[in-house]
Amino acid sequence: MYSEKVMDHFKNPRNVGEIENASGVGTVGNAKCGDIMRIFLDIDDNGIIQDVKFKTFGCGAAVATSSMATELVKGKTIQEALQVTNQAVMEALDGLPPVKVHCSLLAEEAIHAALWDYAEKNGIKIEGLEKPKDDISEEEEEEDY
Amino acid sequence: MGKMIYLDNAATTKTAPEVVEAMLPYFSEFYGNASTVYEFGGKSKEAVSRAREIIANAIGAKENEIYFTAGGSESDNWAIKAAAEAYGDKGKHIITSKIEHHAVLHTCQWLEQNGFEVTYLDVDEFGVVKLEELKKAIRPDTILISIMFANNEIGTIEPVEEIGRIAKEQGILFHTDAVQAFGQVPIHVDELNIDMMSSSGHKLNGPKGIGFLYIRKGVKIRSFVHGGAQERKRRAGTENVPGIVGFGKAVELAMANMETRTAKERELRDYLMERILKEIPFSRINGHRTSRLPNNVNICFQFVEGESLLIMLDMKGICGSSGSACTSGSLDPSHVLLAIGLPHEIAHGSLRLTLGEETSREDIDYTVDAVKEIVKKLREMSPLYEDYMKKNSPKG
Repeated sequence: MYSEKVMDHFKNPRNVGEIENASGVGTVGNAKCGDIMRIFLDIDDNGIIQDVKFKTFGCGAAVATSSMATELVKGKTIQEALQVTNQAVMEALDGLPPVKVHCSLLAEEAIHAALWDYAEKNGIKIEGLEKPKDDISEEEEEEDY
Repeated sequence: MGKMIYLDNAATTKTAPEVVEAMLPYFSEFYGNASTVYEFGGKSKEAVSRAREIIANAIGAKENEIYFTAGGSESDNWAIKAAAEAYGDKGKHIITSKIEHHAVLHTCQWLEQNGFEVTYLDVDEFGVVKLEELKKAIRPDTILISIMFANNEIGTIEPVEEIGRIAKEQGILFHTDAVQAFGQVPIHVDELNIDMMSSSGHKLNGPKGIGFLYIRKGVKIRSFVHGGAQERKRRAGTENVPGIVGFGKAVELAMANMETRTAKERELRDYLMERILKEIPFSRINGHRTSRLPNNVNICFQFVEGESLLIMLDMKGICGSSGSACTSGSLDPSHVLLAIGLPHEIAHGSLRLTLGEETSREDIDYTVDAVKEIVKKLREMSPLYEDYMKKNSPKG
């Protein structure tokens, strides 16, 4: 059901953990629906993401998308990190089953939420960043049987 | 992959070698159609009769009350839809429970769209149907009570005897889905006042694609599949002779060893539950502790999501199942776990392990060790666990 890349990131998730006194922390998802992602960012004075960690409660795809998203933003500028869309995360993972697409949206949203937190803490505005929704998993609808 | 530990016997079971052996001649040797006049077809007919006899004896029924179907889901559909059709003049109210298999629930929902009213009874925290609620739900137009014998997810055995008595006193048909219970617990349709009962072959080491519906003599339900005189004109279609033969053999074996097999399973089940409760914090057993299928263990691990747990178990060669949303294909976790009152986030972390005849103590030890390690690993990456520990740490 999952690609080899997804399985690899699930089995050996990159950047698991937390960052103490992180520049920005974002938590998105909903335990009711079974997914919660938290991303910690360490951003230096030049606006470069020096380090990133995550914690996720969720299925295999949720863990793999979090892991991949952290890899994609590490070492990048804030603007570059904003370009990491759910599509980019999915492509990097060689695709996701249709029912798991919301996991990649959650990963994108978690990065945005962490950047939003960083902007608020520093009293700055990040061009192109909108206040993230804290829950996006309610959007999907169950298919009729 | 090396070693495999199969702990998903509620999903399906290994077809017993004796069953395969009994079936084999009915593919290429005695392949005749049981409905023909020549002696060759008679071989098939005899084999079907023998299997029917074995099954009828196993539940205290008569042979002409056993109707072979393609499995449990068909039996449930047939029993409920045909009862609604046959007794719809008398009334349009059906009573079932919130924890039934979807073969019953979705059938009832379909009937609701077709002019029937259905009461879905609540269960208590152990998954037991509340008899007082059942009595209160009965109306003059109630035509059918359909309550499962034992739950497929949490293993709770329902008070079938009491339900049968209530149904009989009120003159209401009683159907039970015994797909998980048949072969695991003794069932006698007369003693329990069961009017219809669904069963499936592959849950008790028989083949897939074969089941039966027991229909008590006098229950007027009609054919569900039209097109031939098979199964006393109530279920058309050329008999699945190898399947029926295999089912018969599986029932014969299950009845012969029920006591020793279930005693061993019960012991291992309790050992598994004890070890997990003792060694893994924030875990809870779902379902009734004693009124429970001998092979069923269902546990919730807080702060952990079920699908992740299953994939990691699979990496260690262990097959299990979960009631998390991700494994159900929807956003909601199992309706059974919600019905026993679990909050969503805890229901997402459920694990069902169902033992089989071949499960050993070593398998259980290996599994508990694996579960322990995996739950620890998943909690280390769980933001829910982090929040909980921070909130409840002595320093905070």
